[in-house]
Amino acid sequence: MYSLDWGLILRSLPDLTAGSITTLLLTTTSIGIGLVLGTAMGLMRLSRFKTVGAFAAAYVWFFRGTPLLVQIMLIYYGLPHLGLSLDRWQAGVTALSLNSAAYIAEIVRAGVQSIDVGQTEAAWALGLTRWQTVRFIILPQAFRRIIPPLGNEFILLLKDSSLVSVIALEELLRKGQLIVTRTFKPIEIYAMVALMYLVMTTLISVLVSFLERRLRIQTRTQTSRRRAMGGVAAPPVP
Amino acid sequence: MQRIVTACLLALLVFASAAGAQEVLRVGTNAAYAPFEFVDENGELQGFDMDLIREVGRRLGMPVEIINTAWEGIIPGLLAGHYDVIISAMTITDERAAAVDFTDPYFATGQVIMVRADDDRIQQPADLAGKVIGVQIGTTGHFAAEKIEGVLRIDAYPTAPEAFLALRLGRADAVVVDELVAIQEQQANPGVLKVVGTPFTVEYYGIALRKGNETLLRQLNRTLAQIKADGTYDELYDKWLLGGQ
Repeated sequence: MYSLDWGLILRSLPDLTAGSITTLLLTTTSIGIGLVLGTAMGLMRLSRFKTVGAFAAAYVWFFRGTPLLVQIMLIYYGLPHLGLSLDRWQAGVTALSLNSAAYIAEIVRAGVQSIDVGQTEAAWALGLTRWQTVRFIILPQAFRRIIPPLGNEFILLLKDSSLVSVIALEELLRKGQLIVTRTFKPIEIYAMVALMYLVMTTLISVLVSFLERRLRIQTRTQTSRRRAMGGVAAPPVP
Repeated sequence: MQRIVTACLLALLVFASAAGAQEVLRVGTNAAYAPFEFVDENGELQGFDMDLIREVGRRLGMPVEIINTAWEGIIPGLLAGHYDVIISAMTITDERAAAVDFTDPYFATGQVIMVRADDDRIQQPADLAGKVIGVQIGTTGHFAAEKIEGVLRIDAYPTAPEAFLALRLGRADAVVVDELVAIQEQQANPGVLKVVGTPFTVEYYGIALRKGNETLLRQLNRTLAQIKADGTYDELYDKWLLGGQ
């Protein structure tokens, strides 16, 4: 029977914790950029200008249709030949942001399309401009609906961030590999690495459900529905 | 009934002995380390180590099956039983010898510094203070780089060619790697990277196998000694390494 080297697990904790922090920083930075870029791309896909929509569609097509690992290699080893030299951190963040933006664009598009067209018509009837309608009427409602898929994307991106280990960025997986190349104890180290990913993804899901609950409390669905029905009490929201 | 049982047992016996005679030597290697092991343009595994282990297998009457694997997992893969031996320009070190057994040394080498061909700032290990060093993860080049004082950062790549590429692109100021691999790289791409100085460590390559495998260890050592004694080793040396000397 294999006996675990508990001492090694303890000794590896500082390094693995440092790697986890890098992983978290890398993922949160990338999801932040991805959220902005992805929302823009998602709205562009719905634009009435054909070229804008086609551009966004092409963007999603490329970044969703090619492996993230290939994108990382292209950005880190390929771009310098075109005169754009990014260091490993910049390259990692760029790849993860561009990749997640493609998925987020689709999530945002679906979210926006799920909002009833009556909302837009009502906003226009009230004299809101196109942009005001999107900014104040459509996006707030859509955002609330897409929190669960966005949380999914956050968790996926955190796990996928392990791929940037190939460009020598010392995130969690790389820190683990560095220890294994010295100790040859893959069970202890990779189990700890898995555990730390699990802790981080659990934190994200807790955060996402918290956010979901908070926003649900603040909604005024019942009031607005009552108004829409001419003062008649709406059935309670489940 | 008895006849059927006897026939089955006989068949089993024949099968077992045939399997015994045809026992395969499964070899793990990380084939990104020319001229010792690399994948040629036809997809074939080539190099000094590859010819050496095929010759060993031929003399032991064991068909050789070579498994190309990632360097950072090469020893765990041996311990997990994915292959029986490792031949991969692997230096015999105390840390590794605590986990696996090594044959007698079959090659002597040392670590050298590689820089861009137009870079004259670095002449010796001490000049690496404040610099970024690219290495292959978990190699003796990696460990040697960690012993140099005042280094700004060590970037550990999965393979040596990726460390060379990072150096070419300016992501690193130098690469620390086995001498003959550095020379091979310098010759393959003239005017891009160059070796500075002479090796600053002394190291010996060995074939690694799981501990407690005394029979195989003795067979490998005996065969390696024969290959050295009868001139075959020199032929392989001329074929793969003389161009680098």
